[in-house]
Amino acid sequence: MTWDEIWPLLRQGTVETLQMTVWATMITAVAGVLLGLALVVTDRRGLAPLPAVHHLLGLVVNVGRSIPFIILLVALLPLTRALVGTTIGTTAAIVPLAISAIPFYARLVETSLREVDPGVVDAAHAMGASRVQIAGKVLLREARPGLLAGLTVTFVALIGYSAMAGAIGGGGLGDIAIRYGYQRFENSVMVAVVAVIVVLVQIVQLLGDRLVRRLSHR
Amino acid sequence: MIQIEKLRKTYRGRGRELTAVDGVDLSVREGEIFGVLGRSGAGKSTLLRCVNLLERPDEGRIEVAGRDLLALSGGELRAARQGIGMIHQHFGLLSSRTVAGNVAFPLEVMGVPRAERAARVDELLDLVGLTEHAGAYPAQISGGQKQRVGIARALAGRPKVLLSDEATSALDPETTASILALLRDLRDRLGLTVLLITHEMDVVKRICDSAAIMRDGRVVESGTVRELLLRPGSELARDLFPLPAADVRPGTTVVDVTFEGDAADRPFVSSLARTYAIDVNILGGAVEEVGGTRIGRLRIELPGDPDLNAAQLAHLREAGLTVEVHPSPGTEVAA
Repeated sequence: MTWDEIWPLLRQGTVETLQMTVWATMITAVAGVLLGLALVVTDRRGLAPLPAVHHLLGLVVNVGRSIPFIILLVALLPLTRALVGTTIGTTAAIVPLAISAIPFYARLVETSLREVDPGVVDAAHAMGASRVQIAGKVLLREARPGLLAGLTVTFVALIGYSAMAGAIGGGGLGDIAIRYGYQRFENSVMVAVVAVIVVLVQIVQLLGDRLVRRLSHR
Repeated sequence: MIQIEKLRKTYRGRGRELTAVDGVDLSVREGEIFGVLGRSGAGKSTLLRCVNLLERPDEGRIEVAGRDLLALSGGELRAARQGIGMIHQHFGLLSSRTVAGNVAFPLEVMGVPRAERAARVDELLDLVGLTEHAGAYPAQISGGQKQRVGIARALAGRPKVLLSDEATSALDPETTASILALLRDLRDRLGLTVLLITHEMDVVKRICDSAAIMRDGRVVESGTVRELLLRPGSELARDLFPLPAADVRPGTTVVDVTFEGDAADRPFVSSLARTYAIDVNILGGAVEEVGGTRIGRLRIELPGDPDLNAAQLAHLREAGLTVEVHPSPGTEVAA
């Protein structure tokens, strides 16, 4: 294939990949923070200790993280159809991507929240802060750099997973790599796709790191 | 201002029980600086954390500014805590907020409107001398400055009571002195009542009006610092004026003499020697400035057994000195 033929493919693939991963990352950010916060808050030593809920949430997260993405992709087809009305295309791929990333990110959120200095939480209690105030103004706020660093890692992982979403017709760069590079032995396409993904990952990581540094005042 | 009665707190876990506070009574008067002195593990931290109910005692009564804290509901307790300032050993500052932001935090918690908040933050930073550092983050300032932020933050709600949890233990000696001076100054200006816990004798000596010594969850002695230092056999005096164990030679009398204020300026040793024409041997001693008065303790040795020295001991007592006679080994044999 000539460069003139590859170029439009790459452009379209990049747009589709970004559509899938950006949307999935945004959904994951909200749901993962909520789930991670719930894990920390319901812990035996948390703000609202609910051991039963804590263990149930932990189990859900672990099960979610155990299922290989390619299996999840297929298993979630009915849910995907119910949510977005179709099982093929970029929008349909967002559902399994987000669902696989949420438990992953929730664990990263949990770790970041646990790293918040307990002395600060103690001080907030002594000031008469409510639990909602402590969760919002202390835990989430103090953990912000960690939450963002975790989200960057999640975004990069999603770029990788999105390649597999091509298997259900999700489109994107992974789809192009398989259809042209692998099935038609177009090595130049394969190399170009990999190069674009490498650049994408670099950019995401760079922006993430820069934002984390700006937010961190430790 | 703070009344603690029969307070008991036991930690239970994995078959082990630890009674951290074991029946403590404590009374802190309005406007005084009260120090609880003890080693780590003595239960003083638990005691302090019970005063604003960061820890819930198993038994007892806690009254702060006339309110029975244990009778309050969750919301009422949070409101009550806003009127009790607390400063911490490791400061407990939010790393994500500037100095001004940290001081504004309790005001946000209390629901003070934004416009008022800024003015109050300026006022508080001025109070602790940190106006220049308002925009700095905690990671950019020194330990002493961090504790000043902690103090400003604790005073945001105009509390009547300030609790200090080893506030100077993470600081070097000079910074400790400046923080203690600030605390005393704030007490004088704002009429605060301060309850502090510490393992440093120096803190009690420098700023406390009253003190209690805690060991194994109990208060072993308490009272005004002056009273404690003059009380024979007091641990506070022993800690402040460390003298080695008395080695009483047969045929001599070893006496610890504690003196304060004017008595410290009178040459009682030479007067004793002159009046009775005896040789007085000085074995050790120290003089300290405590709460504005000089208090000292001297160990002296007089010739002859204690019963031969009755007149001499009376002479010392008449001079307004506190006299403690060490038992000589001979008296034990006689008994």
